[in-house]
Amino acid sequence: MSDTDRAGRTESGAAGRDLYRIEGLEVHFTIRGGLFDTILRRQTGVVRAVDGIDLTLRRGEVLALVGESGSGKTTTGRVIVKLTQQTAGRLTFDGHDVSTLWGTSALRDYRRRIQLIFQDPYETLNPKHTIHDFVMEPLVVNGIGAASEREQRVLEALEAAGLRPAADFAFRYPHELSGGQRQRVVIAGALVMNPELIVADEPVSMLDVSIRTELLRLMLDLRAERGLTYLFITHDLSLAWVIADRIAVMYLGKIMEIGPAERVIRSPHNPYTQALVSVAPSPDPPTAGERARRTILVGETPDAAHVPTGCRFHPRCPYAFDRCRVEEPPLFDIGDGQQAACWLVEGGRELPVVQVRTTDQGTVVPGSATPAGATT
Amino acid sequence: MSIDPRDLAASRDASIADAARADDLAAAAGEPGDSGENGASADTARRTAAVAAAMAIRGRRKWAPPKQAKPGAPLLEVRDLKTWFSLESGTVHAVDGVSFRLDYGEALGIVGESGCGKTTTALSIVRILPRNGRIAGGEVNLMGIDLVKKSENQLRRYRWREVSIVFQGAMNALNPVRRVVDQIAEPIEQRLGESKATSRARARELLELVGIPRQRGAAYPHELSGGMRQRAMIAMALACDPAIVIGDEPTTALDVMVQAQILELLEDLRHKLGLSLILITHDLSVVAETCDRVLIMYAGRVAEEGPVGEVFRRPRHPYTQKLLAAFPNIRADRRTLDVIPGSPPDLRTPPPGCRFAPRCPFAMAVCHDVVPPEVTFGSVRVACHLYPPGSDGHQVTTAPPNAIGPSVPLVEAPPDLPPIEVPPA
Repeated sequence: MSDTDRAGRTESGAAGRDLYRIEGLEVHFTIRGGLFDTILRRQTGVVRAVDGIDLTLRRGEVLALVGESGSGKTTTGRVIVKLTQQTAGRLTFDGHDVSTLWGTSALRDYRRRIQLIFQDPYETLNPKHTIHDFVMEPLVVNGIGAASEREQRVLEALEAAGLRPAADFAFRYPHELSGGQRQRVVIAGALVMNPELIVADEPVSMLDVSIRTELLRLMLDLRAERGLTYLFITHDLSLAWVIADRIAVMYLGKIMEIGPAERVIRSPHNPYTQALVSVAPSPDPPTAGERARRTILVGETPDAAHVPTGCRFHPRCPYAFDRCRVEEPPLFDIGDGQQAACWLVEGGRELPVVQVRTTDQGTVVPGSATPAGATT
Repeated sequence: MSIDPRDLAASRDASIADAARADDLAAAAGEPGDSGENGASADTARRTAAVAAAMAIRGRRKWAPPKQAKPGAPLLEVRDLKTWFSLESGTVHAVDGVSFRLDYGEALGIVGESGCGKTTTALSIVRILPRNGRIAGGEVNLMGIDLVKKSENQLRRYRWREVSIVFQGAMNALNPVRRVVDQIAEPIEQRLGESKATSRARARELLELVGIPRQRGAAYPHELSGGMRQRAMIAMALACDPAIVIGDEPTTALDVMVQAQILELLEDLRHKLGLSLILITHDLSVVAETCDRVLIMYAGRVAEEGPVGEVFRRPRHPYTQKLLAAFPNIRADRRTLDVIPGSPPDLRTPPPGCRFAPRCPFAMAVCHDVVPPEVTFGSVRVACHLYPPGSDGHQVTTAPPNAIGPSVPLVEAPPDLPPIEVPPA
């Protein structure tokens, strides 16, 4: 699609700047127990995978959604590409309410404009299909263009994804390609639809360092050339630091902190972000001082079927006090576009410097709510 | 051979004192990170002290080396190791002349990209290779005993008891239909010939040691979280109180916070038990956090080896420089990732000279024809024609070290991003 086409669709004002807006998104999965519970449709529990988040993707930005497994980051991405239905919440894409948009035909245009890239290129590609067939498939399924136009678009997409000359690659099979080339094919498969928004779920986690950099650069080049917007889902804060304009940190279905990458990494205002930054691995061997400041949280993220009361991070938080146990903090404004959900930063206060509380790790039951603390 | 947690409490304090002494010794001998003679002697002093500390800890637990061990021999010395795989399409020279040493109490990181031979090197130590793999040459001297010369049967004496391995995918390595405690007890029963009851009791002690409550030992692997399973794997590796634990990507599949927990546990165990660690990983940061020395491998050969601080702060080999510049670093400036063009060579037909030459920004004519010799500068060993024998170890090119190739920012400011607007909280 040409730029004029895209501009024509875009409305003026806030809708023009905000490509995708999520308000009050909740995704709850019900757990049914045994066979009887299933037959009687008896609900035995609820997993609150995403538990009330607001998120706005601005046109042309890379927003990194960072979190550990079970944080709800992937579920959020799946809601955006309409692979998972939300329990509650409003979705606005390019100024249009798309919350209730469902069904193959209704979603045809939507799916063309929003594409998904998965983590594992080995599983995404069908080993029996050529590269050409893989990239062509979405065009055929969506009935886009005549045969000759399709061919043209496939070759263009392959070239754009850095597989040059495209004609050389088109009729190869996945096993004939390296890991990096395979992920480029997956990117070409997304590009062929000329999307505006790409949801990339851990797109480079499986790849070696040297290949990873090339793909990150490709993704950023494509943004510059085509004005793409990315939601970059990753567990790796260092990667988010390198690629993202803004970073949102999720924990147990909530956004704990969001803001420009520099602000979130250099001046975290939520204790969870602070801990994540402190343990984020770096190839600079740590000094004794850095080692001492490290906050290694005890235990693991509680499961989303048993979300703690109050601030959901309080059982593992080194600063938790009474209010945190009963009342959930909203996202407070820190300034410069940064927001953090923590009672300690209410009213513009700074987060205290890490105070170390040593716990005997041997006696801690990981995953349990108590005892909480930080060890160094 | 038993590990009593009560002894450990005592030995931990002692080991901290020992470690402090090691630091003093090293400090007296010169600043670590210095190159040249000074760096080498500091490194030697540090290693000597670390060996003494580790031996002291092991001595307190009445650990004894195997009977054939040569007194005074280093714990592990691999010399010119060659491991080849036969394929229909040719012979893959996966490991082609690798040498390194591991001392008591030391942690060595082996780093490289997929296919560089790092895992094969480690598996060759106790010779657990796929069927088409064989050791084609070299020595693996464990306490002076050459394991390459041992028969398969003789080698069983050394697996688990002297060298054990923690694999990456704990879910695949654990038996899904057996309780965790029984799986840990098995090697104790079989290798050390202990009774069932004793083995189980020790297995429970080991679980406690790695931070799993005793009663959780009755769980099946699927009932444990990823971090807990990896802890169970570590407990199993410790079952026969080995001198060396090899971790093959032990934290790769784990969340950042759990990874930090596991790395802390390994560090803790090393000091408590006087263990030596070999950590195989593609993740430079894991090595920076946990290891004393690092061995950078490229296409089956050693590119560079030395103390972590020295190698990472002042990488000499162009591959090491590139690798470090390509690694996302949260403590560095944003978006200055470097790209390494090209891909590693096919190890069925490796290039005749330096294997990195086709991708190297500094490659000279000689690099394409002649294999660079390994040259030692102070405590660092490098295989690169830029540092010929007799040179001072400073790069002889005009390019400033550490800035090979333009380190292009991935992207400048995002295109026309509107001013940041903050929705009401």
